[in-house]
Amino acid sequence: MSNLALIATLLVMMALAYHLGLTRSRAMAAEHDVRMHSRPGYYGVLVALWCGLPALAIFLLWSFLAPQMIDMLVTQQLPTDLVAGLSDRELQTFLRRVTALAEGRGVAGGGSPEELAAAAHMARLQTIENFSLVALMAVLVVVGLIVARRRISPNWRARNQVERVIMIALAASSAVAIFTTIGIVLSMLGEALKFFSFISPIEFFFGTTWNPRFSTSGASNQGEFGLLPLLWGTMMVSTIALLVAIPVGLMTAIYMAEYAPPWLRNVAKPVIEILAGIPTIVYGFFALIVVGPFLSSIGDLIGINIRTTSALTAGLVMGIMIIPFVSSLSDDIITQVPKSLRDGALGLGATKSETIRQVVLPAALPGIVGAFLLAASRAIGETMIVVLAAGNNPVLHANPFEAVSTITVTIVNQLTGDMDFASPQSLVAFALGLTLFVITLGLNVIALVVVRKYRQQYE
Amino acid sequence: MNIPAQPMATSSVSVGNGESRVSKAKDKVKMNAQDVKVFYGDAQAINGIDLDIYENEVLAFIGPSGCGKSTFLRCLNRMNDTIDICRVEGKITLDNNDIYAPDRDVVLLRAQVGIVFQKPNPFPKSIYENIAYGPRLHGLARRKAELDDIVESSLRRAGLWEEVKDRLDKPGTGLSGGQQQRLCIARTVAVSPDIILMDEPCSALDPIATAKVEQLIDELSESYTIVMVTHNMQQAARVADRTAFFHMGDLVEVDSTDQIFTNPQDQRTHDYITGRFG
Repeated sequence: MSNLALIATLLVMMALAYHLGLTRSRAMAAEHDVRMHSRPGYYGVLVALWCGLPALAIFLLWSFLAPQMIDMLVTQQLPTDLVAGLSDRELQTFLRRVTALAEGRGVAGGGSPEELAAAAHMARLQTIENFSLVALMAVLVVVGLIVARRRISPNWRARNQVERVIMIALAASSAVAIFTTIGIVLSMLGEALKFFSFISPIEFFFGTTWNPRFSTSGASNQGEFGLLPLLWGTMMVSTIALLVAIPVGLMTAIYMAEYAPPWLRNVAKPVIEILAGIPTIVYGFFALIVVGPFLSSIGDLIGINIRTTSALTAGLVMGIMIIPFVSSLSDDIITQVPKSLRDGALGLGATKSETIRQVVLPAALPGIVGAFLLAASRAIGETMIVVLAAGNNPVLHANPFEAVSTITVTIVNQLTGDMDFASPQSLVAFALGLTLFVITLGLNVIALVVVRKYRQQYE
Repeated sequence: MNIPAQPMATSSVSVGNGESRVSKAKDKVKMNAQDVKVFYGDAQAINGIDLDIYENEVLAFIGPSGCGKSTFLRCLNRMNDTIDICRVEGKITLDNNDIYAPDRDVVLLRAQVGIVFQKPNPFPKSIYENIAYGPRLHGLARRKAELDDIVESSLRRAGLWEEVKDRLDKPGTGLSGGQQQRLCIARTVAVSPDIILMDEPCSALDPIATAKVEQLIDELSESYTIVMVTHNMQQAARVADRTAFFHMGDLVEVDSTDQIFTNPQDQRTHDYITGRFG
């Protein structure tokens, strides 16, 4: 029986159990003329859960453990001299081929006699496994159904138990996101530590040269992994982006929140927010094909040598990309400043712009700073625009008209193409990713703290 | 409710205010409203009000919620300008100059006619900066010492100086509700207005803070004209020279406070002050 059919059958059984529970509780209430603790639907759901959940749990456990068990059993069955002659990795390959044969798929070069024998053995084991699973699930379904149905009584607190199950399900869902994050961080940390066994952290964090020679010749020729040129490039591009986005975004927000008539706000706000919905790759080639050459020709006009792909190009376009973040967040925060404060200033004879500059903006400042920091972390983590438009030149220099490289671009470079995950050339990506993660996490934490402080002021 | 509203001849109501607070001459008209109508979009909130406001008097507006008293008050220094859908018709003059004239500078008007709001709204700045804000706006102080003087005298006038003189650099939002309201009054006084409008200045305060603010209003009336909206009839009786009763967008009756509370001319006023409605 395939897994899909198994689950479908289980669902049908649960529906049946729901119905049984429902009718049983109704019948009981009518028969003894008592008031049941919960509404009939809750008994139905609870019986369905008793019927389905244990079987489902066994199914998940089985799917996870059974293949490993079978692999183990097959390996034990193999001639000992064959197993002894194989390394771990070769054994894995061998088992993969056997599995493919057992499931009726072909393998490259056909199967050797040993492989075919093992495959036959495996197929037998799989049949047994499948049957025992189905049998076990069927028993659990039936037992669960009978037990639950017999427990239906006016005193059984079905509603409370269903609420509990729902709560557990919701908690489990939240746990998925949290554990995934923790898992990603831990795996990055692990790989980064492996990288630091090749290159010392001091060399990585304080090195001023980035030259990870792509060589297969081994540890003797590792290249240089200095983070500083990349960090500097990231900072340069992000700073340019923020220099564009903060003034434009903030002024947009002030206009939208304080001056724009309602009809204009209703039209303009969504249009501005569309900027945030444009895929970054589109910004990237826009930068590469339009903005870069344009800046370069302007540079020619005024006698400055601006490269087509430069920190300036990437920063400018990235700045445009994050304008909606700044404007939208700041707009919300400015609108939240109570009208009474504005009235207070206006009542003293302040003009509109005086009120905004001297009262509204200072009151909104913590929130606006939070918005800036979120925009900054967005700029630092941005990849596609810089990949295309920053020029990939990991050299430490202070000229924004020259090409630079950033941490994100370098991660892309180190992980594309043919690579060996045991070499520092690839592992460095994890160290870079971790650095990036720590920077953006720091900015986000600061932003959250600042924004929360702001909220306390008016609630 | 069966007696029709009498059109008030506003010039005739200055009689009879010599009972409670005798000292001041109240014959000079400071502000005058003629046939003032206010609309919010299509809805009319005020149906043609005529009223004189005399120099150095305390005039209280009373009436049930939604009767238009706050709306009318906010017309007097054009705070209604900040509401997009609000439209004001008629004529309001201050010292015989039309305040809604096209060439009238609303900024200067508001410096002359200050306003204190229902809920204390100190700026999220220090106590000193809260007071210094208005004088700075209007360039009233040339040197730091002058500004210090203005801050001190304004706080003294608002009876707050002794309580805050050691913590002028602390945020104004950290004061108690009553102190905040007196801070807002001091802030208004600092601009040296002629008239102070107060929109239910005590409704967010406890009785002790209310008593302080009322005493302050009494003291301020020596040098300012005060127009206040209040929901509290005892308060009107305690502090006002004259009282105006508003009902459903009409100014029903305005007279000396004693007259309004002891011998109202209109049935609606009578019903309201005796607690029949409102």
